[in-house]
Amino acid sequence: MHIPNGFLDPVTASTTAALSSGTLVYGWNRLRREISQQPPTTLGLVAAFIFAAQMINYAIGHHTSGHMIGAMVAVVVCGPWAAGLVMAAVISIQSLFFHDGGTIALGANILNMAVIATAVSYTVYRTAAKKTNNRQLAMAAGAWLSVVIASAAAAIELAVSGTAPLAAVLPAMLKWHSLIGIGEAGITLFSAHYLIKYTKQKEMQMQVNGYVQK
Amino acid sequence: MFKSKNQLISLALILLIAGFLSNFASSHPDGLERVAEDLGFISQAAGHTSVLEDYSLPGIPHSGLAGGLAGILGCTLVFALVFSLSTVIKRLK
Repeated sequence: MHIPNGFLDPVTASTTAALSSGTLVYGWNRLRREISQQPPTTLGLVAAFIFAAQMINYAIGHHTSGHMIGAMVAVVVCGPWAAGLVMAAVISIQSLFFHDGGTIALGANILNMAVIATAVSYTVYRTAAKKTNNRQLAMAAGAWLSVVIASAAAAIELAVSGTAPLAAVLPAMLKWHSLIGIGEAGITLFSAHYLIKYTKQKEMQMQVNGYVQK
Repeated sequence: MFKSKNQLISLALILLIAGFLSNFASSHPDGLERVAEDLGFISQAAGHTSVLEDYSLPGIPHSGLAGGLAGILGCTLVFALVFSLSTVIKRLK
């Protein structure tokens, strides 16, 4: 759901950019604390994995395709604020070097996939894991909902820009992304297991446990 | 930088995904492109130029190789950015 240039009006583009930057300022201390708890190599590897995983589009029937966002994986492995930084870095490189997501729409894409998707993943995961005591289920729910809510945010931004009426673009985005989200949930369960196993960071495990307060 | 065997294994798996498996990605329009086509605003998409257009390294005739190398280059860029950002943020005090 990388929004290209031309879909957003200047006001929406700058508002979303301001919201994304504001989030960085607001969470700066927590971001710094999370980052200092884990080696830069781990964060870099998670970011590289998410970049690679986002290249793999999976077909949804004959009509469309989707690829993972990766916010839930990043949250589980790195913690929510570090995950935001990792996601924002991936989206920036995609936009600046690969023409995937517009440069003018960068603030909006970061807001949708690095801020909103991450916040939804973390909130759902933490709440569901506490309630059900089942981390796999919580992770799947967080991954699915992060895609759906991020797509709703993109739809609202498109509608506010006057690109498409909300009554048409919101249901259309929700329809496809509730299917794409199933793929996200599956890949998240699979890849979180291996990322935690192979990067083998005690700090991360601790952090995840800490967040779930197990 | 890569101290343990596990880190090397994960690095190898990531490069395998970006460099090889990416060739098997579906080329159907993604969710947003699908909606933009259906609702008729896809034509509003404006281009901006970038070096590695559509995940393909320029000047390489074999499309699979061009895509794989672009993927590996992208992973390297992302790793370098996050590694250096977090190193810098860590040292700030």
